[in-house]
Amino acid sequence: MRLRLAALLAAVAGVLMLLAPSPALAQATPTPTAPAGSAPAADNPIVPGANITVTLLDLKGGEGKPSPVPGVSLTVLKDSRSGAEVGTQTTDSKGRVSIGIEGNGTYVVELDPKTLPEGVELSGSGETVKTVQVKLASSNFVQFQIGAVVVEEASLGSKIVDGTRSGIIAGLLIALAALGLSLIFGTTGLTNFAHGELITFGAIATYVFNRGFGLPVVVAGVLAVLASAAFGFLQDRGLWRPLRNRGTGLIAMMIVSIGLALFMRSIYQYGFGGSTRTLSQYVVQGRDSYGPIDLSHKEIAIVLVSVVTLLVTCIALMRTRLGKAMRAVSDNPALSASSGMRVDGVISAVWVLGTALTGLAGVLLAVQQQVNFQMGFNLLLLVFAGVTLGGLGTIWGALIGSLIIGLMVELGPVFGVPASIKEVGALVVLILILLVRPQGILGKAQRIG
Amino acid sequence: MDFGTIIDAAFSAALGPQAIVFALAAIGLNVHFGYTGLLNFGQAGFMSIAAFGLAVTVVTWDMPFWLGIVVGMIAAVVLALVLGIPTLRLRADYLAIVTIATSEILRLIFGAVEFKDTFGGSNGLNGFAGTYQRLNPYGDGVDLGIVSFSRNDLWSITVGWTLVAISSLLVFALMRSPWGRVLKSIREDEDAVRSLGKNVFAYKMQALVLGGVFGGIAGIFHILKQGSAVPTDFNTTFTFYAYAALLIGGAARVLGPVVGSMIFWFLIAGIGSFFSQATSGADPLLPEWLMTNTQASLIRFILLGLGLMLLMIFRPQGIFGDRREIAIDGR
Repeated sequence: MRLRLAALLAAVAGVLMLLAPSPALAQATPTPTAPAGSAPAADNPIVPGANITVTLLDLKGGEGKPSPVPGVSLTVLKDSRSGAEVGTQTTDSKGRVSIGIEGNGTYVVELDPKTLPEGVELSGSGETVKTVQVKLASSNFVQFQIGAVVVEEASLGSKIVDGTRSGIIAGLLIALAALGLSLIFGTTGLTNFAHGELITFGAIATYVFNRGFGLPVVVAGVLAVLASAAFGFLQDRGLWRPLRNRGTGLIAMMIVSIGLALFMRSIYQYGFGGSTRTLSQYVVQGRDSYGPIDLSHKEIAIVLVSVVTLLVTCIALMRTRLGKAMRAVSDNPALSASSGMRVDGVISAVWVLGTALTGLAGVLLAVQQQVNFQMGFNLLLLVFAGVTLGGLGTIWGALIGSLIIGLMVELGPVFGVPASIKEVGALVVLILILLVRPQGILGKAQRIG
Repeated sequence: MDFGTIIDAAFSAALGPQAIVFALAAIGLNVHFGYTGLLNFGQAGFMSIAAFGLAVTVVTWDMPFWLGIVVGMIAAVVLALVLGIPTLRLRADYLAIVTIATSEILRLIFGAVEFKDTFGGSNGLNGFAGTYQRLNPYGDGVDLGIVSFSRNDLWSITVGWTLVAISSLLVFALMRSPWGRVLKSIREDEDAVRSLGKNVFAYKMQALVLGGVFGGIAGIFHILKQGSAVPTDFNTTFTFYAYAALLIGGAARVLGPVVGSMIFWFLIAGIGSFFSQATSGADPLLPEWLMTNTQASLIRFILLGLGLMLLMIFRPQGIFGDRREIAIDGR
């Protein structure tokens, strides 16, 4: 018999009185549609100012969409379980309660198990109490699960399986962006610090097509990849080609790319705002079990799309005329030009391909997570790490390096890297690799010196 | 539109403590990038390790203030050695990637929940600046019309510009010396210097340590002037801004980073104040649909990015620099 898991997603919003918390919270909290049937309490609006907001969701054992659980009584107490009661509320149709609090301190959220609907039981050992530390110095937002002890008590084996799953997905997304970076670096020698903003471009374009024009996410994603490719073409024509023709040095171009990154990131923030937003579809999905691995449908789609794209791109680079031309230009631009190749044309093609791949990484990242104006910037260092690890300018190296970086990041916490700074492990490995094998895993030794 | 406020904001920022932090950090970058041709993109890392060296010594370990300063400076030197050993033999962009990665590692560790007891988590540490503030001889702030400073700022400005002057003098003296000439020739042609029998690696390492120490001074000054050490202050964007300041003034010039930082903050504060005023009030100069008050604070960063690109394309030597002396063509 499979128990149904009722998980509490508790949102502790410590918000200063001046700020209106609802928009940010509504973005961050998964809010599935209200179920028909059961008689829910009146809608509980999020209390302005400092508050503890809890959303109760039925995860249905990980199958299908989690649905909110209405009609459950929750109590917030000060300091400890025997402390003064701050407030009691019954979850509304969205499974939500929102109770105002005075300020900083320790609060205890207690769930009354008698009010749980038929057929819903708490998972794990069925603990009904959760302690929350509230700090109002800055507005913060915490998610935790009551009863989801399953996660904490997971065996080492299943932790490794879970870490590997998220690591491979992260690695594939990094690989798409890294392949784009590596192609552009290989042919033009440009260390492009604006590459993260190309990832964000894909994600924001998807958001605009999806939410702005009301297109389905899949169509919006395809259009966003095309838009990224066009953007790459224009960027090369409008900026980088004139610079190459002027004979601008590579380090000067690197600093130009830093300026471009600052410029584009501020423009995104100007137009998109500082908040994190979701696409209209595939936001929350339960995971199905496939043997030892649990995958949601969107994760399967992301893995398939990225693997197929990466393989097709790599094989095309190995086999087609254009691919050979790209590798020739990357090896020796002067010689390629004197053998009659249109080097500028090839570089244009590389920019189009590279930005399309990077844009696709942004699209998939937007589907997998959420959309934010600096999501690409946050990923940039890991992309660099993947490319450097595999070998700057090599194609298969970028793939292998990115997968290793993705796995390092997600498996790190299993082996003792503090979870809040899991990227650190990957960056340390990057530095260590440079110590022993500076050309990267697949790089040729003579490329550096 | 109150132009008095804008001018006050711009001049106060150009002469104020924040410009001093940038000047010190950019003097370090000038030693690295301007004179030696090393691409250090992790100046924020040198700043943060020195700053937290001081803060942890005083707050967490409860040791004297001056020992904290020493610990901070030693930490910056050690970081330079640790970074230099693997990367100084490699191509320039490797140093760039490793330094940027290291500064992020340090920032993440200093801000991590898991090390809250030592580094104070994302809120950082405070309560280490008592000795510094007690040394303040000023009784009151000043308001001279076009500039105004509080009492604490006045003290920070005195200390800060003295530090900047000493650092600039030191750089001036060092770069006139035979040692400085070797650094410049490494920037121009590393192989030629090596063929003359110089130990290029050792010279680069010394330059990295020297610039790192200036970065460390900048970090320590930064946390002293505001009285708290917050990890997010030391993000990668800070390094990029410091580069922008250096390039405005002109790399490989003693006063380049100093003047560059003043101009940088003059523009940032002036533009910020202008657009903030243009979008506030009941009947703003710029309509609401075009620009809200939140968006107005972003205009200066958009212009900064654009400005950095145009500067690098059309005048890479900045205001004072000599185009032949900029290490932008080597790799």
